[in-house]
Amino acid sequence: MEINWYIISVIIGSAIVTFIPRVLPLVVLSKLEIPEWGINWLKHVPVAVMAALLASELLLHDNKIALQANSLSIITAIPTLLVAIYTKSLLGTVLVGVSTLMIFRYLL
Amino acid sequence: MRELSTDLNKNVVEADDSFWQGVKDCIPTLLGYLSIGFAAGVVEKTAGLNMFEIALMSLLLYAGSGQFIAAGMIAASHPVSAIIVTIFFINSRHLLLSAAIAPYFRNNTTSKNLITGALLTDETFGVAITHAQSKKQLDYKWMLGLNIAAYLNWVLATIAGGIFGQWIPDPERFGLDFALPAMFIGLLVLQILSQKKYFTDIIVAVSSSIIVIVASFFVPGSAGVILATILSATIGLVISKWK
Repeated sequence: MEINWYIISVIIGSAIVTFIPRVLPLVVLSKLEIPEWGINWLKHVPVAVMAALLASELLLHDNKIALQANSLSIITAIPTLLVAIYTKSLLGTVLVGVSTLMIFRYLL
Repeated sequence: MRELSTDLNKNVVEADDSFWQGVKDCIPTLLGYLSIGFAAGVVEKTAGLNMFEIALMSLLLYAGSGQFIAAGMIAASHPVSAIIVTIFFINSRHLLLSAAIAPYFRNNTTSKNLITGALLTDETFGVAITHAQSKKQLDYKWMLGLNIAAYLNWVLATIAGGIFGQWIPDPERFGLDFALPAMFIGLLVLQILSQKKYFTDIIVAVSSSIIVIVASFFVPGSAGVILATILSATIGLVISKWK
């Protein structure tokens, strides 16, 4: 098999620049005494990052607002949200969300 | 489905921290990443990668959006340096995820934290931080089970995408493109319900969503997520101080 050094360099280089931000804070901060305000700030990161990822999945397409193109997914998000609140089950939420969108696509 | 979900809830209450419990806690995220991984494999194949390169990319890079961008830029013959810099920016949000779970891994050795961090993704972070609500520390073995299940799922999904991609009709017909947003909805709701700081959390979530949308006019998508996270976590800090 011929080795394509262009692709191999891309893979290795991008793997290194992805590895460093993944491990560095965990390795360093778990050894340090983080000040209380820092801990309190970090406690808000999960909700902030999940909401940002959700909003960009749901409302953007190619980094542009796409309410029209995503309208079915946006409507599907409502029953999915209710299922998440009432069942508190991650698996149930995913399955209901996917099947709701499938039914919408079939009907509309 | 009902049986499985109640089973999962029961296990969360029992809070068993074994390797296999970590694998089980990964199950809800599998469908979303299976379909994304499959799509990534198809795109990589189309970009001209062979099966060995597809597998190597998933094993080493192991990042959904990063792999899509890499495949796209390889197809367009961008220079190696440009691709690496772009991927660095896209994946730098891991800095925030890694920092946010660091307080729960204080009692572990550096080499264990290296392994935990190397396999950290949006979804294993989401599951872990929800699991962490009820406790001060996360168990290394539980986290390893969660991470390895997600990792194998991803590697196998991309390989399957590379092999079978050309014969599978439009997966959107089955609503699979909603698996990822649905997972984020579930993780967000579980997080907010478990913290019981509804007022602050909802303001943080809403402002983060608004910022990411506004940012999309000015900066690339990955920078928008980082900007939204930093600003709205700061808003959350200010509100909880001031309340």
